[in-house]
Amino acid sequence: MTLATPAAQETPERTGRPTAVITGIGVAAPNGLGTEQWWQSTLRGTSGIGPVVDYDASRYPSRLVGRIDGFEAAEHIPGRLLPQTDRVTRLALVAGAEALADADANPAELAEQDGYGEYGCGVVTSNATGGFEFTHREIRKLWTQGPQQVSVYESFAWFYAVNTGQLSIRNKLRGPSGVLVSEQAGGLDAIGQSRRTLRQGVKLSLTGGMDSSLDPWGLVSHLASGRLSRSDDPATAYLPFDTRAAGHVPGEGGAMLVLEEETAARARGARVYGEIAGYAATFSPRPGSGRPPGLERAARLALADSGLGVEDVDVVFADAAGLPTADDEEAAALRALFGPYGVPVTAPKTLTGRLYGGGAPLDVAAALLALRDGVIPPTSGIDRPVPEHRLDLVRGTPRHAPLRTALVLARGHGGFNAAVVVRSPEAA
Amino acid sequence: MNRSVAITGIGVVAPGGVGKKAFWDLLVSGRTATRTISFFDPSRFRSQVAAEVDFDPQRSGLSPREARRLDRAAQFAVVSAKECMADSGLEFVELDPHRTGVSVGSAVGGTTGLEREYLVLSDSGRLWEVDSDYVSPHLFDAFVPSSLAAEVAWTVGAEGPATVVSTGCTSGLDSVGYARDLIAEGTVDVMIAGAADTPISPIAVSCFDAIKATTPRNDDPEHASRPFDRTRNGFVLAEGAAMFVLEELEHARARGAHVYGVIGGYATRCNAYHMTGLRPDGHEMAEAIRHSLDQARLNPDLVDYVNAHGSGTKQNDRHETAAFKETLGQHAYEVPISSIKSMVGHSLGAIGSIEIAACALAMENGVVPPTANLHEPDPECDLDYVPNEAREHGVDAVLSVGSGFGGFQSAMVITREETTR
Repeated sequence: MTLATPAAQETPERTGRPTAVITGIGVAAPNGLGTEQWWQSTLRGTSGIGPVVDYDASRYPSRLVGRIDGFEAAEHIPGRLLPQTDRVTRLALVAGAEALADADANPAELAEQDGYGEYGCGVVTSNATGGFEFTHREIRKLWTQGPQQVSVYESFAWFYAVNTGQLSIRNKLRGPSGVLVSEQAGGLDAIGQSRRTLRQGVKLSLTGGMDSSLDPWGLVSHLASGRLSRSDDPATAYLPFDTRAAGHVPGEGGAMLVLEEETAARARGARVYGEIAGYAATFSPRPGSGRPPGLERAARLALADSGLGVEDVDVVFADAAGLPTADDEEAAALRALFGPYGVPVTAPKTLTGRLYGGGAPLDVAAALLALRDGVIPPTSGIDRPVPEHRLDLVRGTPRHAPLRTALVLARGHGGFNAAVVVRSPEAA
Repeated sequence: MNRSVAITGIGVVAPGGVGKKAFWDLLVSGRTATRTISFFDPSRFRSQVAAEVDFDPQRSGLSPREARRLDRAAQFAVVSAKECMADSGLEFVELDPHRTGVSVGSAVGGTTGLEREYLVLSDSGRLWEVDSDYVSPHLFDAFVPSSLAAEVAWTVGAEGPATVVSTGCTSGLDSVGYARDLIAEGTVDVMIAGAADTPISPIAVSCFDAIKATTPRNDDPEHASRPFDRTRNGFVLAEGAAMFVLEELEHARARGAHVYGVIGGYATRCNAYHMTGLRPDGHEMAEAIRHSLDQARLNPDLVDYVNAHGSGTKQNDRHETAAFKETLGQHAYEVPISSIKSMVGHSLGAIGSIEIAACALAMENGVVPPTANLHEPDPECDLDYVPNEAREHGVDAVLSVGSGFGGFQSAMVITREETTR
């Protein structure tokens, strides 16, 4: 199968652009706080999905969540930040610190060095639901006790830019920065934008996504999407590409990545996990328009951007919506790209639930570690795959294979599609 | 690839009137659209003033279904997107959907709808474990703000990249800057870009009350937004939207489109200092301005008009005055500078785009809008802020700046298509 796409001519020349490499990973996931703990859970098939335990959810039609248990923010971040931050921002600060430590990068020190300067490091994140639990408490105070009781921190603990702002302040990231929201595809858009800032002269960019909105108002807002599973069995509630697929489980967390311009990274002796070799985003037309959805096109554009072909892709980390129609659509896109059973496909997010702005960056982290270790993490729980999908789903146990290139796909409600091509350092 | 990016269509929903024309008429008249909050009883709040839009969804062309489905911010975004498309002369069929994208800035997205739904779900705050029996099917779209971009993409038939840019109060500059970059690099040829925010709800009012960021000048609402005036004491919360058709310049020329101007430069920086506080030196904003001028290859003395952030807080107006002096030098004292927030208030993520509309219309009309309510200059704000009356003044190059919570500082330079340097 050839990569017959006019998109190859539509994208800018690959030559002469700085290469964006990942040198640090930080993870906050329901099945592991910290990269290695999460990765081991992911390979072992340890799930982070369970019933709501911190309040009574028994009256709700969906009661399972992917929650990060045992997260004590005070153990990780300064006490003065606690009153002014929602859980989501604490998670972002912890994962951001882990990623920078993993990269052995201190932006405040780098700013003193030639080639970096004050504005050589930035931060671009995605977040879809803001500081939600914090706001739930404050809005309740407003309506039961009056406006005078609302926290002085509410104005900036809530908005979607809070994680980028706090990460910037905490880590002295003054360069071009941003916040993108495209529902569950936004995490890849943030990585794409982070890479764009490297092309504009930034040397290091902290990027990724984090979401947490599992308080009662948050969970009910997720419910309003009509896409949550109503199962009470954590092992089978979220079953993408399975004949029993009936929705997803909402989770909290995500991943932060350190992206660096390759020459600068090599010059400071950084260890390189891999390269963000390609990125693209598309939007699907309104259902009923008669025009095809945009996921396949996003993948083709990302591949064209990377200069690679479909034959180079060794593994796909699927969006894996967990709803029959959406799964059919993704399976059709994968067949169109790779042919039936043409590439190993996996969705380790079955162990965490869907993490909104944080989900796709966590998949990119999984792709990087898969390339590093030569192992594809499995999709859990799928024992009745939809036969018509004709996917080579990696199920049950990890699959060992030499891997050089991974394709990560993400979709967001409304029609957002995004794709990232990740390449191992040896291949790059 | 670094292609030029033109503004070829403008749509505005702003306090004082819906549509580009009503907006510009307000600005040149120097009238203000700030008033006592009418959307709810504001008597319990410290700041009871806002710039509200008198908006009738159906009179603005939305169907009854759109009016029901869309949160107010999405309604504003869709209405202004339709206006900018019509203004640009772009028929939907002319667009290549794959080469057309969308970026919508918003600081707080569907806040108004979220709060309304919260009151129902929680029985006016009584229930912590809110009642799922009262869920509205449209709650999710208010919960996740990217619905704004989805609605605009559906409206215009775009199938390229679509996203919401949510960098707080610089969102409206950053979303247009993001769109500029996508066209310049060759990813798309057309972007429908702008911003919308409708934050006039009790939770938003109370969170700005809590930090005394908004003005308590409740006895004089028409004159409550007082940028650069010695008596200023906070910003006036507002709502609104502006959307633009941005096109690769040759794409616009090929179809004979009217070009309002070209986005010559855009840059954003973070102060990494404080979530709400600003250092008085304006250092990071100055860096964003310098970088924007460099991209536009424009000497500072060729800037004909500066659209200030001018929020009317004590610290902001001094902060940016310092940034103008640092970057424009002596020219800072000569160039007209104004803040339209004196008239249309501060609509958070939307205002950056509304101000870009004001800049484009200033170039179009050879008129600089004034800073209303400026009677007692602050000795520390000693530049020409065009007090109270619009001024006829040829404008070939404008600088617009924004500053926001989280430390974001952004700047954009817009020039005429044929500007010579």
